[in-house]
Amino acid sequence: MSNSPVTGTTGSSEWEAVIGLEIHVQLNTRTKMFCGCRVTFGEPPNTHVCPVCLGHPGVLPVTNEKAVEYAARIALALDCRIADRTIFHRKNYFYPDLPKAYQISQYDLPLGIGGHLDVELEDGAVMRVGITRVHMEEDAGKLIHAGGASGRIDGADYSLVDFNRGGTPLVEIVSEPDITTPDQARAFLTQLRSLVEQLAVSDVNMEEGSLRCDANVSVRHPGEPFGTKTELKNMNSFRFLHRGLEAEIERQIASLEAGERIVQETVHFDPATGMVSSLRSKEEAHDYRYFPEPDLTPIELDEAYVERVRGDLPELPAARKERLADQYSLPPKDAALLAENKPLGDYFEAVAAATGDARVSANWVLGDFSAFLNTAGIEVGASPVGAAALAEMLGLVADGTLSGKMAKEVFEVMTTTGKSAMEIVAEKGMGQISDAGELDAIVARIVSANPGPAEEFRYGRDRVLGFFVGQVMKETRGQANPQMVNDLLRKHLGAHGE
Amino acid sequence: MGTRASRASSNPDVTGLTAHGCRDLLAGGEVSAVELTRAYLDRIGAVDGEVRSYLLVDEAGALAAAAAVDAKPRSQRLPWEGVPIGLKDIFCVKGMETTCASRILKGYIPPYDATVIAKLRAAGLVFLGKLNMDEFAMGSSTENSAFQITRNPWDLNRVPGGSSGGSAACVAATEAPWALGTDTGGSIRQPASLCGVVGLKPTYGAVSRYGLVAFASSLDQIGPITRDVKDAAALLDLIAGRDPRDSTSIGLPEPVGFPERSSLEGVRFGVIKEFVGDACEAGVRDVFDGAVDAIGALGGVCEEVSLPSVERGIAAYYLIAPSEASSNLARFDGVRYGHRHSHSEDLYEMYTRTRSEGFGSEVKRRIMIGTYALSAGYYDAYYAQAQRTRTLIIQDFARAFDHFDFLISPTSPTVAFKIGERTADPLAMYVSDLCTIPVNLAALPGISIPGGFSAGMPVGVQIIGPHFSERGMLGAAHALEKKLRVDVVPPLAEVAG
Repeated sequence: MSNSPVTGTTGSSEWEAVIGLEIHVQLNTRTKMFCGCRVTFGEPPNTHVCPVCLGHPGVLPVTNEKAVEYAARIALALDCRIADRTIFHRKNYFYPDLPKAYQISQYDLPLGIGGHLDVELEDGAVMRVGITRVHMEEDAGKLIHAGGASGRIDGADYSLVDFNRGGTPLVEIVSEPDITTPDQARAFLTQLRSLVEQLAVSDVNMEEGSLRCDANVSVRHPGEPFGTKTELKNMNSFRFLHRGLEAEIERQIASLEAGERIVQETVHFDPATGMVSSLRSKEEAHDYRYFPEPDLTPIELDEAYVERVRGDLPELPAARKERLADQYSLPPKDAALLAENKPLGDYFEAVAAATGDARVSANWVLGDFSAFLNTAGIEVGASPVGAAALAEMLGLVADGTLSGKMAKEVFEVMTTTGKSAMEIVAEKGMGQISDAGELDAIVARIVSANPGPAEEFRYGRDRVLGFFVGQVMKETRGQANPQMVNDLLRKHLGAHGE
Repeated sequence: MGTRASRASSNPDVTGLTAHGCRDLLAGGEVSAVELTRAYLDRIGAVDGEVRSYLLVDEAGALAAAAAVDAKPRSQRLPWEGVPIGLKDIFCVKGMETTCASRILKGYIPPYDATVIAKLRAAGLVFLGKLNMDEFAMGSSTENSAFQITRNPWDLNRVPGGSSGGSAACVAATEAPWALGTDTGGSIRQPASLCGVVGLKPTYGAVSRYGLVAFASSLDQIGPITRDVKDAAALLDLIAGRDPRDSTSIGLPEPVGFPERSSLEGVRFGVIKEFVGDACEAGVRDVFDGAVDAIGALGGVCEEVSLPSVERGIAAYYLIAPSEASSNLARFDGVRYGHRHSHSEDLYEMYTRTRSEGFGSEVKRRIMIGTYALSAGYYDAYYAQAQRTRTLIIQDFARAFDHFDFLISPTSPTVAFKIGERTADPLAMYVSDLCTIPVNLAALPGISIPGGFSAGMPVGVQIIGPHFSERGMLGAAHALEKKLRVDVVPPLAEVAG
């Protein structure tokens, strides 16, 4: 799909989608938003709970200062203004995964307001997506429904609740409805994810739910007022976000072209069928009755605090991209790829520093190394080949010990065995013979053993050189440095006749 | 007291005994902690069949705690170790059933101690048991308890007030030397007034609310119900303090100590015009006038002051408190603890039936009012408007304190009413808290002390101070208490004996 607006299948008029995203980022603080329980993933159910996050009678919340700092970090990285005074609200609704029957969230006085993210699109164009707000809240527990076909609470035989996740700090990022295509949405989310990852405040793993995305979607003819929007949920991967948006946009266009009206509702993307379905049921009929949380006092972050957090921000992807392109003379595309993935960028910079050759380092990091990560399905941090090891191997290429082809072989062995390039070269006798003395002796021996061809060369038959190169390579099992062999042969063949 | 006489003769006569009195007996070695505890348990056994202030008497736990105190050398004991206390059934006490007098929490055993409970435990107090109250502290007569009607020890046909009616009745009947209550709109002061004891509502934030089952979070405050001002001051010092578990807690600027005072020379008292005159029944007015005269005799100056916005206090309160309550009580959903309807077809039926069965009618009424007031389209007209009114009330009090050291009024416009008299008319019940509600809305400290009697029933006088003026306010209350010399032992003692 291109970046051009989605076009309706029938009719002459063009349709344009209007998309706003709501992203939930689970913070990786040590403890929960309002109690001292550890934030965990994948632990046995209900092992990280206490009276506070279980909503026992009489308990009170206490705000996690670290979570506020992390949220401020995200807001500042998105160029939001930090509110002088921000308060929590209660969002009231009944559900078994919500122990207090209200979520402590923020409403009309969020932490961060009015930011933006500049998103680089496929074609290299940069699009600015507005950030309406960045606010703090707590996560709900997790429900497991047993029996029944739908996998939902309606029709289940029974349901179990795991409150380990309950109370985990969340930051919600709400975008302006500036996005018009699923591609743009995916690019935005990809780059937002990379930004948050670089802030080191979240694991931003969509499959594990530490990054979640809902979308508000409507369609219209370009230039017309916004159409009625639906809220699209349950897209727990970048692929599903794209497919879900496509499906919902198509559904809305088809409905409108059939003369139907769009109902404002929540729709659910089913990855199994690729279809969206309505969640219209009483569990969705909300009036959240927001009101200020009386158990918490307002948070007032003064300028010094905000400036300290701003000062502690790491280099953000946009700035890093520019610096990488500048400092290492990398093509913009390579710089962008390295800036987007912080661990990969860090890896590259470490390799480049050790080898002193940025171009070769970038080629290897973005080429063989990235290909290996993709194939193995692992992150940079889990690679058996560290930056120093790769740099050492590239050093062997630079000093002529390894040819380009041999380097690829050695690298592969490094990834499977975790051994260093030096070790592998030594064990397998793979090093190019670049020792001038050793090669000199071999060349001298071969030249004297073949007086006939040597004579021919001296009479001007340059082609015979190929024969001698072949003999040297045979002798060295192909490991002789070709340039040196050439030079030495000319020396010996010439010298012989003089 | 026949009941007591039949027991071990070493048990002391606790009738009319204060907490300080208990402390002196223990310190002098005249009684052991077990003997003292046993004496209160006997007293409960003798009179609680009539008064019905206790929902739960933890005889075994209390005696074990007392025995542990006795096992310690006296020199190593803390000042209040071994002194018994009664607890309103709204505080979470680890391992002790806590119901808020509601069916929905029947059988609920808290896994943790409220901060005030932890403090009292650390101070070595002996917990006698849990005291009756209006369900979730919603009411002014304790008739809204799901479990029992508590009677006023001065006239068993009358209510003890509420919602801390069990605490006030228990102290009046000397079934505990003192007790802990909570006050959201008058729930400590009004029952103290109606039962002829002292009730103190501290400044909002003086005492941690952690572990107090929330009714209206911005108004709830924990305080002592005692036989005299000196005990109230001591219990306040035991429970006050900033608590990292309660973000709204601040603590007191200094300990109250013993607020001994006998003169009120030069102290200016404002008599709140809107709470006297026609707002009160004649007998209450007479007692209150006597208190005003007593202040004058002590050298204090009383002048009338008008706080026009306080007349809207009840209206604002009955939007703010139910709104917060509708949210606070939503957690009682049958999912994790407490009552659950067991034969529901689906989740929503489970919620509906659990809550329909679990809550009483006054609680349901307030949940509905609060839910309505917070609803989209009504929020501005009700909840937000009530908050603006609250601001006006705060400003009225602030202006008054520019001219006066303290404000005074009757605590309750009437003496204790008959059981059943107001249950059919919620608005008549709500008016019981006319003089106390604005104090909560303004987050101020207030104390009710016995002022005298009207037709044999106690009448309380309320003193209100600026924020965190507890030390001075208790001093003034102490001076007035000494001057008024109200006999605070109800005739029940003879009836029971």
